[in-house]
Amino acid sequence: MPSLLEARALTASYGATQVLHGVDFAIEPGRITALLGANGAGKTTTLRAICQMVRTGGALSFAGRPLTGLATEDIVRLGIAHVPETRGTFTALSVEENLRLGAYLRRDKAGVAQDIERAFTRFPRLRERRAQQAGTLSGGEQQMLAISRALMLRPKLLLLDEPSFGLAPLIVREIFEFMRRVNVDEGVSMLLVEQNATHALELADTVVLLETGRVVVAGRADDIRGDKALRRAYLGY
Amino acid sequence: MDALMHQVFSGLASGCIYGSIALALVMIYQATHHINFAQGELATFSTFIAWALLQRGWPYWAAFIVTVAGSFVGGLAIQRLIVRPVERAPVLTNVIVFIGLLVIFNSLSGWLFDYTIKAFPSPFAQDSALATRFFSAHEVGSVLVMLCVLLVLWAFFRFTPIGLAMRAAAQNPESARLVGIRVSWMLAMGWGLASAIGAVAGMMIAPAVFLDPNMMTGILIYGFAAALLGGIDNPAGAVAGGFIVGVLENLLGAYVIGTELKLTAALLLIVATLTLWPNGLFGRNVVTRV
Amino acid sequence: MTARQRRIAWLLGALLLAAAVVLPFMVKNYRVFQFNLVLVYAIAILGLNILTGFNGQISLGHGAFFAIGGYAAAVMMDRFGVPYWATLPVAGVLCFGLGFLMGFPALRLGGHYLALATYALALAVPQLLKWKLIEPWTGGVQGIVLSKPEPPFTFRLLGQPLNADRWLFLFTCAVAVLMFVLAHNLLRGRIGRALVAIRDHPIAATAMGINLPIVKSTTFGVSAAYTGVAGALGAISVAFVAPDSFSVLLSISLLVGLVVGGLASIPGAIFGALFVQFVPNVANDLSKSAPWAIYGVLLIGLMYLMPTGAMGLLRMTWARWRPAAALDPKPDPALTTRRHST
Repeated sequence: MPSLLEARALTASYGATQVLHGVDFAIEPGRITALLGANGAGKTTTLRAICQMVRTGGALSFAGRPLTGLATEDIVRLGIAHVPETRGTFTALSVEENLRLGAYLRRDKAGVAQDIERAFTRFPRLRERRAQQAGTLSGGEQQMLAISRALMLRPKLLLLDEPSFGLAPLIVREIFEFMRRVNVDEGVSMLLVEQNATHALELADTVVLLETGRVVVAGRADDIRGDKALRRAYLGY
Repeated sequence: MDALMHQVFSGLASGCIYGSIALALVMIYQATHHINFAQGELATFSTFIAWALLQRGWPYWAAFIVTVAGSFVGGLAIQRLIVRPVERAPVLTNVIVFIGLLVIFNSLSGWLFDYTIKAFPSPFAQDSALATRFFSAHEVGSVLVMLCVLLVLWAFFRFTPIGLAMRAAAQNPESARLVGIRVSWMLAMGWGLASAIGAVAGMMIAPAVFLDPNMMTGILIYGFAAALLGGIDNPAGAVAGGFIVGVLENLLGAYVIGTELKLTAALLLIVATLTLWPNGLFGRNVVTRV
Repeated sequence: MTARQRRIAWLLGALLLAAAVVLPFMVKNYRVFQFNLVLVYAIAILGLNILTGFNGQISLGHGAFFAIGGYAAAVMMDRFGVPYWATLPVAGVLCFGLGFLMGFPALRLGGHYLALATYALALAVPQLLKWKLIEPWTGGVQGIVLSKPEPPFTFRLLGQPLNADRWLFLFTCAVAVLMFVLAHNLLRGRIGRALVAIRDHPIAATAMGINLPIVKSTTFGVSAAYTGVAGALGAISVAFVAPDSFSVLLSISLLVGLVVGGLASIPGAIFGALFVQFVPNVANDLSKSAPWAIYGVLLIGLMYLMPTGAMGLLRMTWARWRPAAALDPKPDPALTTRRHST
């Protein structure tokens, strides 16, 4: 089965500072891949590199198509949805408008309406606040909104940057359970960046471990979960 | 008392136009964080185009529609071709480019249409049913037209997908890209809309103040004062500010300072607003995180 | 700059000065008059540079201070018989006060909004100068006609006598040298660094104890004073002031001169002044009917091709010719290009 997303010798820089020094990994379709590593390892940069939001070098391809040089909005058109670290909520717009924006590229009005209904059913709290300004939502609600918005695209690949950040454990569990359902029911592939390795390891099928801009470990989540020495060395537990 | 009422209503009529200019300024500022200095001169140039069409015998509303559509396209083109390349340059570079545009269009107006003052017709006949004791027919008509424009704009931004996309692109360009919005085209459309609004404003005010290349120079300042009064980031406030500036202009001009010092009055209003109400009358308090 | 470079710079400066003294005797009166105006504009642009180039506050209204300085000089000379040289300090102090006052509302504005507010100032002042109430002093729309001051002594150089125009040129030259040296000393020291710090990192500057409101308003005042003195010199040299000579186009020209010469560059003001004095004539020759359109195209072209101005271009050329010499161990903080806007 050909990889969905492939990176080879990927480099990325912010201005003069190089952050990724030749990263290799591949994401299989239908799988959840966790991208782990300490602060500053380059995890967020990797996601931004995929969306061409930073200057990259090396090879990056999605379903066989090269991504380097494309504009972010065109990469989205290929079916990649990105939930950034900051959640990217349109704070001055309403919850419902945020969801509609997620479906900006879609032409099927009925399908969009259906998906909005589904999002509200999954997250009743969002339905309650549908006309409210999105900026007034709590952290957890904004995260639910952000992921729902990304899913409105009906993406092939979902990039998530630290979805558990700053959220209460109960909400984190709810969100991760939701992500598992989406992956299983709808076959959406996911690339999940997390500092919280425990949750990520439970959810993921494959793991890529970054350290200062390079891949140090890559393999099946089961194997890494079981390797105590590895966990202690790189993940701290 | 009659005279006072007339001044007030007249002020509301011109206030509608100042509010539209203020709205155009706020729209472009919200989206690009730049102020289009050339707004006034572009509007004047559009009005001249309309005048030229009318001179050739075109019916009024045909000339109106063609001018507005042409201004939209023109504004969009200017953004794509001239403004976009210097988008990321320092503020001063952008200011100079806008000043360059201001000067070019002012000069073009003078060159193509010369500097003699021209009369511009109003589509609302003097003796029509619209005229009342306090309003002239044109004042009523222009208020209706501008309110129409504002209503259409509001509906566009509120209910259409493109309007939503433009709002999103203005507020959060990065997130907008992540849902597939072509942010740079949204900015260009913002310019197009602003230019179209300017064209309508120009055609509505020309019958009252007569058409010459420097027609809108002062009006840009009134528009700015209105935008400041309304709170720089507040489109509705800009419109409200326009009404306030219009009425103030007329009342002060008739009863306090005479018509000679209007621009000084506008300047003092700007300074007063900045000192006393820095966020405008309707703006929100903006706190910057260090 | 090394000590050796500094000696060379002073030597060059002295040579230029000598050339400046001899120049008026080598050319016709009208050219002398034009070069005189170049110096006047150079002082005005230097004033604007202090505010916009070094302190980052964009002003489209310096034509107003030029006008006020000019009118102050004219009124003093015509209505009160003040000698021409005494009008300069008065114009300077008056404009300092007005500039300082303008500085306070300006504190709330940045970037484009300040530019627009000062644009309003530039539009308001000519209208104000036509106000009927102050016509007995200002002469209304007709303005005030002055007489050119006669030289206090006379001599001949290269066979030409020292006439009014030449005397004025030398006088202006002396004032210009004084003001440039003053600016140089001010801006190379602590004050200059404070200005630049406010321009580039206002919040950090406040955290370091720089009193932003006072410094910014004072900078506005000093900048206005410079341009006011230039305006007074202009009034004396042209021997005429009228409201329409000080339209908003003057403010635009000063800003253009600043950018052409190079921001935060003191010698750049001379290039800018040369541009402002002579290029509109060129534009006029190119197109009798729409000279300002050509000017506008030139402006936009300059922003695309030469955004760092003439001095920036010179520096780049110098860096390419003598890369080792151009590597300054102490780079000039005023010249660091800013990426972020105000």
